Amino acid sequence: MEFLSDIASLINSTLRISTPLVFAAMAGIFAERSGVIDFSLEGKMLMAAFVAAVGSYYLGNPWLGLLLAIIVCVCLSMLHGFASVTHKGDQVVSCVAINILIIGLTTALAAAWFGQAGLTPTLNEDQRFLEIHLPFADALRDIPVIGTLYSDILSGHYVFVYLAYLSVPLVFWVVFKTSFGLRLRAVGENPSAVDTAGINVFTMRYKALAINGVLIAFAGAHLSTAVNANFFREMSAGRGYLALAAMIFGKWHPKTALIACLLFGFTDALQIRLQGVELPAIGEIPVQLIQALPYILTVVLLAGFVGKAIAPNAIGQPYIKER
Amino acid sequence: MSNIVVDKSKVPWWVSNVIVPLVNLTLALLVSGLFVFIAGENPIEAVKLIIYGSFGYIQGFAYTLYYTTNFIFTGLAFAVAFHCRLFNIGGEGQAYIGGLGVFLVAINLSFLPVPIVWLLAIFGAFLFGAAWAYIPAYLQSKRGSHVVITTIMFNFIASSLMIFLLVDVIRDTNQMAPHTVKLPEEIWLPSFEAFSGILGIKIRYSPLNLTFLLAIASLFFVWFLVWKTKWGYEMRAVGHNTQAAIYAGISPHKNIIIAMCISGGLAGLLGVNEILGVSHKIQAGFPAGYGFTGIAVALMGRNHPIGILPAAFLFGILYQGGSEVTFEMPNITRYMFVAVQGLIILFSGALENLFRPQIESFFVRRLNREVNA
Repeated sequence: MEFLSDIASLINSTLRISTPLVFAAMAGIFAERSGVIDFSLEGKMLMAAFVAAVGSYYLGNPWLGLLLAIIVCVCLSMLHGFASVTHKGDQVVSCVAINILIIGLTTALAAAWFGQAGLTPTLNEDQRFLEIHLPFADALRDIPVIGTLYSDILSGHYVFVYLAYLSVPLVFWVVFKTSFGLRLRAVGENPSAVDTAGINVFTMRYKALAINGVLIAFAGAHLSTAVNANFFREMSAGRGYLALAAMIFGKWHPKTALIACLLFGFTDALQIRLQGVELPAIGEIPVQLIQALPYILTVVLLAGFVGKAIAPNAIGQPYIKER
Repeated sequence: MSNIVVDKSKVPWWVSNVIVPLVNLTLALLVSGLFVFIAGENPIEAVKLIIYGSFGYIQGFAYTLYYTTNFIFTGLAFAVAFHCRLFNIGGEGQAYIGGLGVFLVAINLSFLPVPIVWLLAIFGAFLFGAAWAYIPAYLQSKRGSHVVITTIMFNFIASSLMIFLLVDVIRDTNQMAPHTVKLPEEIWLPSFEAFSGILGIKIRYSPLNLTFLLAIASLFFVWFLVWKTKWGYEMRAVGHNTQAAIYAGISPHKNIIIAMCISGGLAGLLGVNEILGVSHKIQAGFPAGYGFTGIAVALMGRNHPIGILPAAFLFGILYQGGSEVTFEMPNITRYMFVAVQGLIILFSGALENLFRPQIESFFVRRLNREVNA
């Protein structure tokens, strides 16, 4: 049963590692479906991690930390909207600005406030999220297959893991089954037609960005108040970009984006296990190559070996209302 | 929403190219001051320290120019690609790999006479940087993978690759730290001390070296290439309107590849300054964020060499003066200046139209009044 429990723990860590990617990809879907490019997922995730950690350190409650992170991320999304929707600035430049600003600001403020090089204080059990053990997990563990599935894979995750996978059908429903979602997609495909129908393009894009801010805050809080007990410098480590790649690979669709996120999560989980392992015929793989695997995978997937992705038609273009 | 309509042809060039960028820069610096205040230090004292650190003494000024050298390269790198509407944010990785190019050429050809080995090393830096930019360029052009994501990924991959090489392949085995052996002293680029005697000043040490002149030459090179050659015209045409360019018989693929390779090559030249000029060996992580700063430099300089020179100098001041600040003010770390870069990109890039209509119409009205009076 050694093999089975290995597989179980691999799946378990895949689910955990994919969580921030899933939130970020869902956040990306809202922004990009409305026609606004969002490379700033990376920066917002980092900011959320910082704010959640600092917030719950001072307020003593991780939920309050999460709430603060949501507020700050929505503000950052609004800033992106202010620059690229209202003032028609370049959307990519706005994102790059936000990302660099946040990398600097979070580390600088952590150093100024806590005196440690880009670290926030370690959170105690009351200040962070703990793993949730589903009912009867211990009792059922010894039942073959079902026990493993329930106790080792489904049980024992942080609340964010469950929320992330619940958010996928929710996002699907909102984007594809509601009139809000129809308008959202229309704004991203053909804003002038939507405008003719009497819907405000700018308001729609701001609404999409607000939802985007809420979702990305969960990803950051997961990093700093659940899997880790503090914030550290550049802790998002490119996850925002990976999620964006997953979203593009998933053709701006929640279900396929989820699969891509799980693929990234699985590569990362595998990467951790492969370190130091001797493979038959090849020998030990250099640890740097293994660590670079998720990034290489991103490039390979984006190169479209599985078919070319078609972006929303009006993406990246500021909407200019005719006078 | 501003509803001011300004007749662009009536706006004097110095309003849109000097006044507006200066207003945007001022806004960015004001917000930066706010951040310094939030971090618990006095912004005005910080400004004084920055000015003293970068101009106050000759060695400080030499450091300012040394940083300026790096920013000219990375700023030009971003600007060249930007004229083809490509966001090359992989300057960091291209510079890293460019450093490998300098080192490999210099260490293997160190027996050659001095100016020749320098030229070959410069060529090596350019070639390696260009090669690292080629793959994202190819993927953008042929497969439509967004160049922002691929260049960022190539930064991560470059970092892993270089750490692997530094740890397992080209490490100086007499040392614990992951860096290479030093290049032989005969082929080091002469530093500023060597010239300081001629100028009648005496300084102990400065990282400023001959690469500064290479950076100035690069400014001319880019200006000539982008605005005075047929290729530069084609590239800007592709960037401005790809469909129209295709209709005019210009190949977007060819231009995307060339623009990215020149961009990557320019970023690679940072390796000349760092390795042939200053540290004489490859150290882990030597590009130290210069690649990213290049984005801010280029956007502030409006992607033109004439603008990039003062912008690079300004960032030189911020870096050198900033290290003075981090010395004197315990609450400020060098990351505060990363945040300042972000603000400068925000205000001079994304929000460049924030007050532009108001400012332009203000000047147009004033000039009209003068004409009528």
